[in-house]
Amino acid sequence: MEALVLSITLFVLATFLGVELIHRIPTTLHTPLMSGANAISGITIVGALVVAGGGFGWISWAFGVSAVVFAMMNVVGGYTVTDRMLEMFTKKPEAK
Amino acid sequence: MPVALELLLYLVAAVLFVLGLKRLGSPLTARQGNRMSGVGMLLAIVVTLFDHGILGYQEIIVGMFIGSAVGFWMARSVKMTSMPQMVALLNGFGGGASLLVGGAEFLKAELAGVTPTIDIGITTQLSLLIGSVTLSGSLIAWAKLQEVMTGKPITFPLQKVINGGLFAAIVGLAAYQLIVPQQVLWPFYTVIALALVLGVLLVIPIGGADMPVVISLLNSYSGIAASMTGFVIHNNVLIIAGALVGSSGIILSQIMCKAMNRSLANVLFGAFGGDAGAIGKSSEGLTVRQVTVEDAAVQLGYAQLVIVVPGYGLAVAQAQHAVRELADLIERRGGEVKYAIHPVAGRMPGHMNVLLAEANVPYEKLCEMDQINDDFQRADVALVIGANDVVNPAARTDEGSPIYGMPILNADHAKSIIVMKRGMSAGFAGIENELFYNPKTAMLFGDAKKSLTSLVTEIKAL
Repeated sequence: MEALVLSITLFVLATFLGVELIHRIPTTLHTPLMSGANAISGITIVGALVVAGGGFGWISWAFGVSAVVFAMMNVVGGYTVTDRMLEMFTKKPEAK
Repeated sequence: MPVALELLLYLVAAVLFVLGLKRLGSPLTARQGNRMSGVGMLLAIVVTLFDHGILGYQEIIVGMFIGSAVGFWMARSVKMTSMPQMVALLNGFGGGASLLVGGAEFLKAELAGVTPTIDIGITTQLSLLIGSVTLSGSLIAWAKLQEVMTGKPITFPLQKVINGGLFAAIVGLAAYQLIVPQQVLWPFYTVIALALVLGVLLVIPIGGADMPVVISLLNSYSGIAASMTGFVIHNNVLIIAGALVGSSGIILSQIMCKAMNRSLANVLFGAFGGDAGAIGKSSEGLTVRQVTVEDAAVQLGYAQLVIVVPGYGLAVAQAQHAVRELADLIERRGGEVKYAIHPVAGRMPGHMNVLLAEANVPYEKLCEMDQINDDFQRADVALVIGANDVVNPAARTDEGSPIYGMPILNADHAKSIIVMKRGMSAGFAGIENELFYNPKTAMLFGDAKKSLTSLVTEIKAL
C-alpha cells in the first residue's frame, strides 16, 4: 500500500511540474510541443518491452508484440517529426 | 544490473524529459531540448533491455524494427500542412500501446494464475479504458482532419444518454472483472470493445475546426494512459513521463477553449458548427465588393504596413511559401509585413506558426493576438488568407451570435481589408461574416496560392 501511495505522490507532483513547464512554452512552439510531448508518452515502450514475449498464450503474445510496434511508432515518429519542425524554427533567417 | 542502479537510470531519463520540456520554452533551445528528451527515451529503453525479466528478444527486435521504420517513414514524409493528422495518429499509437501493454500484463497474470492486487486491477482497467478511447478517438480525429469522413458534427437522438450508458457499462464490467474468479475473460474483452466504441462516439459529434481542442485532449489522455500503465507494471518513469504529457495536453486544451470563449464541455458535447445559414445575422440585401488581382497588387505594393491574418485556408491551399514570397516583395519595396496569429487559427495549436516557419518566416514576425491587435488601426492592408471566424466582428457586437464573446483579431480596424477566399461559403461556425460586407473590405476569390502567385507577378510589374 505504501508503494501505491508513493506512486500516486509521484503522479501528482509530476502533474504540477508539467503544468509549470508547459505554461512557459510560447504559442509559436505549441505544435512541436504536442508532438514532442507525444513522443514522451511513448515511454510506454518500457512497459511493452517487459511484456513482449511468449509463454502465456498467443493472444498475450500478440498484444505484447503489437505494443512494441505501437510504442516504437510513437517514439520514433514523435521525436523525428518534432526535430523536423524545430529545425525550421532554428534555421537562420538569412538563408534567402 | 542491480535494481537500484536501474531505478537511478530511470530517474535520469525522467530528468532528461523535464529538462527537454523546459528547453522547449524558446525557439532557440527547443531543438536541443527535444533531443535531450530523446536521449532520455533511449536511456530508458536500453536500461529496460538489460532487465533480466525480458521474455522475448526476438519479438522485441522485430517489433522495434517495424515500429521504428514505420514511425520514421511517417515523420519524414508527412507534409507540414498535415501535421494535425500526424499528431492525431501519434496520439492514437500512444493510447494503443498503453491499451496493449495493460492487456498483455492482465492476460499474463490471468494465465499464470496470479490474482492481481486491487490497485493493479483498477489501474489495469483504467489503462485499458483510457488507452482504447484514445486509440479509436484519435483515429476518428485523424479521419475528420484528413477529410476521409465529414468534418461536420455527427449527432443522433439520445447521444449523450447512450454515451453515458456505455460508460456506465464499462465501469460495471471493469468492476465485475475485479471480483470474478480466474479464467473468466469475457468482461476484459468487452471492456476493450466498448471503450473503443465510446472513443468513436465521443469524437464524432465534434466539428472539424474544434479538432485543436480534441487533439490536445487526446494528447493528454495518451499521457494519462501511459501513467496508468506505469502503475500496472510498477515503473515510476512511466508514471512521471505520463503525468507530464497529461498536464501538457490539459493546458493546451484550456488555452484553446479560452481563445474561443467556450467551455471544454461546450466543445466536447456542444456539437458546434456545421448548420450553415441557420444562425446569425442574415446577409440578405448586402453585397460584397470584389477586387481584381491588379487592384489588390497596387494596394499591397504601396502599403507601409501589411498585417497578414492566416487561417486554415492557407494550410489547405499550401500557400505558406507564396505568402512569404509576397511579403519579401513588399518588404523590398519598403513596406512592413507582420503576421497576426489567432490562437485557434488552423487545426491544431501553433499550426500556422509551423507552416510559416517552414516557409522561413522569422518567428519574430509572428505576433500573438494581444500583441498585434492595436497595430491593425495603423495597417494599410489587413490581408486575410483563408481565415473567417477569427476576424468576424459579430464576436464583439452580436449577442445572438454563437461566437459572441470570442476574442478576435481586429482586422476590421485596418484602413483596408483584402479577404482571400475560395468562395462565399460560411466559416466553420456556419455564420455570416460582417467583415466581408464592410465597405473597406475587398474580396479576392480563388485558390489562395494561385492568387498570391499572381499578386507577386503583378507587384513586380508595378
